[in-house]
Amino acid sequence: MISLYLARRTWAHRLPAWLKLGVLAGLSLVVTPLDSLPAMAALVAGALALYAALGREALRQMVLLRAMAPLLALLFAFHWWSGDPRLGLVAVLRLAGMILIANAVTMTTRMDEMMEVVEPLLRPLALIGVSPRAVALAVAMMIRFVPLLFALWEALNESWRARCGRRGGWRLLAPFCIQTLRLSNHVAEALSARGGVSRASRR
Amino acid sequence: MKTASADRTLVQIALYAAVIAVLGLMPKFDLPFAGGVPITAQSMGIMLAGVMLGAWRGAAAVGLFLLAVAMGAPLLAGGRGGFGVFFTPSAGFLLGYPVAAFAAGLAMQGLRRRAVLPAALAAAVLGGIVVLYPLGILGMSALGSLAPLAAAKACLVFLPGDAVKAVLVALIAQTVARGLPDALLSRA
Repeated sequence: MISLYLARRTWAHRLPAWLKLGVLAGLSLVVTPLDSLPAMAALVAGALALYAALGREALRQMVLLRAMAPLLALLFAFHWWSGDPRLGLVAVLRLAGMILIANAVTMTTRMDEMMEVVEPLLRPLALIGVSPRAVALAVAMMIRFVPLLFALWEALNESWRARCGRRGGWRLLAPFCIQTLRLSNHVAEALSARGGVSRASRR
Repeated sequence: MKTASADRTLVQIALYAAVIAVLGLMPKFDLPFAGGVPITAQSMGIMLAGVMLGAWRGAAAVGLFLLAVAMGAPLLAGGRGGFGVFFTPSAGFLLGYPVAAFAAGLAMQGLRRRAVLPAALAAAVLGGIVVLYPLGILGMSALGSLAPLAAAKACLVFLPGDAVKAVLVALIAQTVARGLPDALLSRA
């Protein structure tokens, strides 16, 4: 859901990264405590308008919501079941809106631009021996890992279903952990082969 | 080999931060008992980070996760994120997460001579419940303007779920200790 940088440059690509991240942070600050249905509807409408303004390729990226659909449905069902469908709708709309908008920032901002914004904020960490460059690298890797882990879980689930006809559920946890750890070892080797963290911190 | 292990540490920290994020985004596990409580798997990620990585690296992984959340990544359970979350009643839990991971990691390292399963279970319970709950309750009573006792009662509903998560964490730690012993950095 996160690694979908739009190759074709749009007007949003030209906005400075700090501005986009700032607006995103500000928006989440406003939206998180809000429980108003019209406001959430406006948020989603705004997100849709943003995607429309970014062009057809951006609209195509909205399929990412399909991956989130079961989760959203479950969330709504839970709220309904606990007696407050309105709150469920608010939560689902907030989730959808914020995911879309956060994703729009990611679609139009290169990772190195993103890191340049975060790095100055981390400079104080150098005092306790943590290189800001390493932190920025870790943030980038984490964000890249998230969709990868989802894909890995899905693959395990598929193969479990092929054998047993049921969802794997918690039984997949152990193979999932082993596979992700193996994956992380490959990534670490690749990183070392390219000079490693220490080189990245000197750059 | 110093740099190779530094790379590995950094990648593992990023990996566990991502695991915490993924667990928060997942639909909840089907727990036959403890029904009716919104159980997020996210706190399981916190226990895992501490138990698997050890104190400092575990806390770093959780800190990295919180940094990404503060930057606006909608990675908290329920898709929340941004600076706003640090002003909600659950902020005590959020800020307690790195402490919890640190405590779990410290316990795991302290019990390194014991068998993995009981050590990991004890560490997960210590970090994810004994250390985390008081911090969470403190935050909840401060930000949610509740009496501490009322806040503590409200937090009790999470207890069965967290107990189950601690058991799962212990089982995972044991599986990894068998399958990929190198990866249990808290014992490396």
